[in-house]
Amino acid sequence: MSPIKLEIRDLRVSFAGHPVASVPELNVNGGEIVGLAGESGSGKSMTILAVLGLAGTAGAAVTGSVRLDGQELIGLSDARLRAIRGRRIAAIFQSPALAFNPVFRVGAIVSRTLRQHGLSAAEAAARADAGMRSVLLAPELLHRYPAQLSGGQLQRVAIALALALRAEVLLADEPTSALDVTVQAEVLELLRELRDSRGMAVLFVSHDLAVIAELCDRVAIMRAGQVVEQGPTGQVIAAPRHDYTRELLAAVPRLRE
Amino acid sequence: MSGIGVSGSGRFLRANPLIATGGVIALLIVLIAVFAPLVIPYPADAGAATHPEMALQAPSAQHLFGTDQVGRDLFSRVLAGARVSPVVALFVLLISCAVGISLGVLAGYFGGITDEVIMRITDIFLAFPPLLLALAFATVLPANLTSLTIAIAISWWPWYTRLVRGQAASVAGRPYVEACRALGIPSWRILLRHVLPNSITPVIVQVSLDVGGVILTASALSFLGLGAQDPTPDWGLMVAEGQNYFTTQWWLVTFPGLAILVTALAFNLLGDGLRDVLDPRRVLIR
Amino acid sequence: MIRYVIRRVALAVVVVAGVVILTFVISDVVPGDPAASWAGPHASAAQIARARHYLGLDQPLAVRIGKYFAGIVSGNWGTSIHTHRPVLSDIGTAAPATLELVIAALVIAVLVGVPLGLAAARWPGGTLDHAVRVGSVLGVSMPVFWLALILQLVFSQRLRLLPVAGQYDPNLVFSHPLTVRTQLPVVDSLISGNWPMLGSTLVHLVLPALVVAAYPVGVIARIVRAQVLDTVGEAHVQMVRSLGFPERTVFGTFAMRLAWNPVTAVLALVFAYSLVNTFLVESIFDWPGLGSYAAASVSTLDTPAIVGVTLFVAVIYVVANLVVDLVQAALDPRIRLR
Repeated sequence: MSPIKLEIRDLRVSFAGHPVASVPELNVNGGEIVGLAGESGSGKSMTILAVLGLAGTAGAAVTGSVRLDGQELIGLSDARLRAIRGRRIAAIFQSPALAFNPVFRVGAIVSRTLRQHGLSAAEAAARADAGMRSVLLAPELLHRYPAQLSGGQLQRVAIALALALRAEVLLADEPTSALDVTVQAEVLELLRELRDSRGMAVLFVSHDLAVIAELCDRVAIMRAGQVVEQGPTGQVIAAPRHDYTRELLAAVPRLRE
Repeated sequence: MSGIGVSGSGRFLRANPLIATGGVIALLIVLIAVFAPLVIPYPADAGAATHPEMALQAPSAQHLFGTDQVGRDLFSRVLAGARVSPVVALFVLLISCAVGISLGVLAGYFGGITDEVIMRITDIFLAFPPLLLALAFATVLPANLTSLTIAIAISWWPWYTRLVRGQAASVAGRPYVEACRALGIPSWRILLRHVLPNSITPVIVQVSLDVGGVILTASALSFLGLGAQDPTPDWGLMVAEGQNYFTTQWWLVTFPGLAILVTALAFNLLGDGLRDVLDPRRVLIR
Repeated sequence: MIRYVIRRVALAVVVVAGVVILTFVISDVVPGDPAASWAGPHASAAQIARARHYLGLDQPLAVRIGKYFAGIVSGNWGTSIHTHRPVLSDIGTAAPATLELVIAALVIAVLVGVPLGLAAARWPGGTLDHAVRVGSVLGVSMPVFWLALILQLVFSQRLRLLPVAGQYDPNLVFSHPLTVRTQLPVVDSLISGNWPMLGSTLVHLVLPALVVAAYPVGVIARIVRAQVLDTVGEAHVQMVRSLGFPERTVFGTFAMRLAWNPVTAVLALVFAYSLVNTFLVESIFDWPGLGSYAAASVSTLDTPAIVGVTLFVAVIYVVANLVVDLVQAALDPRIRLR
């Protein structure tokens, strides 16, 4: 049984006193994909920022506990947090085309990040190459600018970077919402691989319950900033306990068992 | 911005201290310009009067800014100067807008050859930094305020053409304009009633930003001896006249120059504030 | 990229041609009859007519424009009424000093303006931010000739910290003569290891360069601040934060790279503006450059000289814009890819 990788307790994120996200309990273990589902604006993205310790940059205040391998992250010094960001907890975002700085070659961002976390130039290049191959992309694509790559390719580059960094946790904030369905399937397959062969702990945030049902081992349902229900995916879908969950399920056009 | 009442304006001004400061100072300058004869302590000194026996006196209670090289009260002259550069700026912008907007609207609406020709000519005028072209024309024309106004206007109009053309072109492509054309409405009417009003907004912002620039250009040219001639109380001219005495009679240069700075600053702040409020995305740098 | 270059260069050529024609218009606009003033106040009608023929003024407009064009292209830019030398040669002698001044001013402007704009954007609403915003508006509202006089009075006359005028101390010419190679005294003294001269040229450069730098510093600081502030809310900034970069790198490296684009865009304009500002500043500092030449030509109403300088600066501006456009296209792949 893998140890609890990411443990979230009583996490509360608020803007000027107004709560925007409240997660009483959420665990993500190594080798599993946990889904965080809910409509847009339900506080899912803020939760991810809070885990990364970046809620402050959006002007929000955070209380509660987030533990990585037992180590408390909330209140940790900025220097310690920066060592963890990217290196142990990686994140991929909703619009890959917007997430990459347009005037840098994607390879430049990858190599700079690897060097930032202590790798030598040679090691960085080797890991970047390996990472790209793992996501089935030609390493030459690293020379391109974001505008020259498709959304799906960019998302895979982001995942390749997480792999190159040997991150243990992956926070995915609506990573496939901006992609075509076929490309979406490829990225989801990639995430499954990360879970199975690398033992990554993946937190998958999405408003798309169909995708979550297909991908995630366990799911937490968020509504208006509150987690209202959670449990193994099959169980939550077959026997939802909360009214809101029932509404969400009813709204999905087709659900694969 | 519609419907801001008196209390709303107060809140607005407090939230935008830049507009407030700029606006207040600009208003003050305009008031001085308008009511100059009532405000100036020594009205004759703003004109042709000379008092050689009182020349080059330091600032005092009777002469707040001191007296100049022929004994004129500098404070009066500086105040009177509020009627000179800003008025030049007013006419320059009126002419530039009239010419620039007309050409821009024509270029944008008709497109094709008209557009090409007008825009190439605009490009050619824009190839000169504004002060340069104005300087060249002002040198070859007789030295007076009218020539100065014309010279600066010649260098200023192309910006408005370029600004308006894009807007006019996009308006011209809109469905309701197509409909007007299909109905057989004559072009000039379409231009006047539809294209023109919809292309104006960026111009308003640009004009407010330009006032400061034109004032600086006008005073620079007067400093060089073009434009205003003695005894006209032009600030730039006063700085030029005071140059030779500057090391000992510092007030001759300081106060008129300060007037230029404050005026340009006020209108720039006002223009910046207006731009932030009306058109935050568009920045046309001269 | 090649197609873009060709397009841009072709446009530049057309514009330069138009500029030449416009300068012809300027020189032609002189009120009064040039033939009559040439012939003198007591000339008879016949003498004036002969003068008109000699000056080529009786030929059709198209021919005159053509000859003017040909003259410009072949290097004949007329003769200065004041110095009695070819205008182009006068410009050639005066230009290096102005180039030195403007380059120094732009270097100062970038070195000071960029960090200030960046810092203001990093801590928006703070004291530094307010100072930078006020400072940059002051910079662009400043009458340069006034600033020059004030600074000269304060730092040279009263405090005696900096020299009053000139490019270098004339006494040094005897003890440490300057070998002229590039005609830029700072560069020449640097290459020949003439340290006393280098010190003198640098010290003399400070005040004029600071004055000319006032406007570009204001523009650059403001642009950098606006661009970085704009960028801060974008997803890619949050992304590099999530990758573990410190804030100073997030701003200084990643956000800043995007700001170079508008800064380069404005460099040509700011260069030309500064070039023209030297017209107002050089005479005050006895700086032997284009600005003094232009100011002197204005006061003597030396039309050929004025037209020549105008043409010169305009062509430089066109070329500068061209260079900047091409550099931008090279740096920002999005322009090329359009």
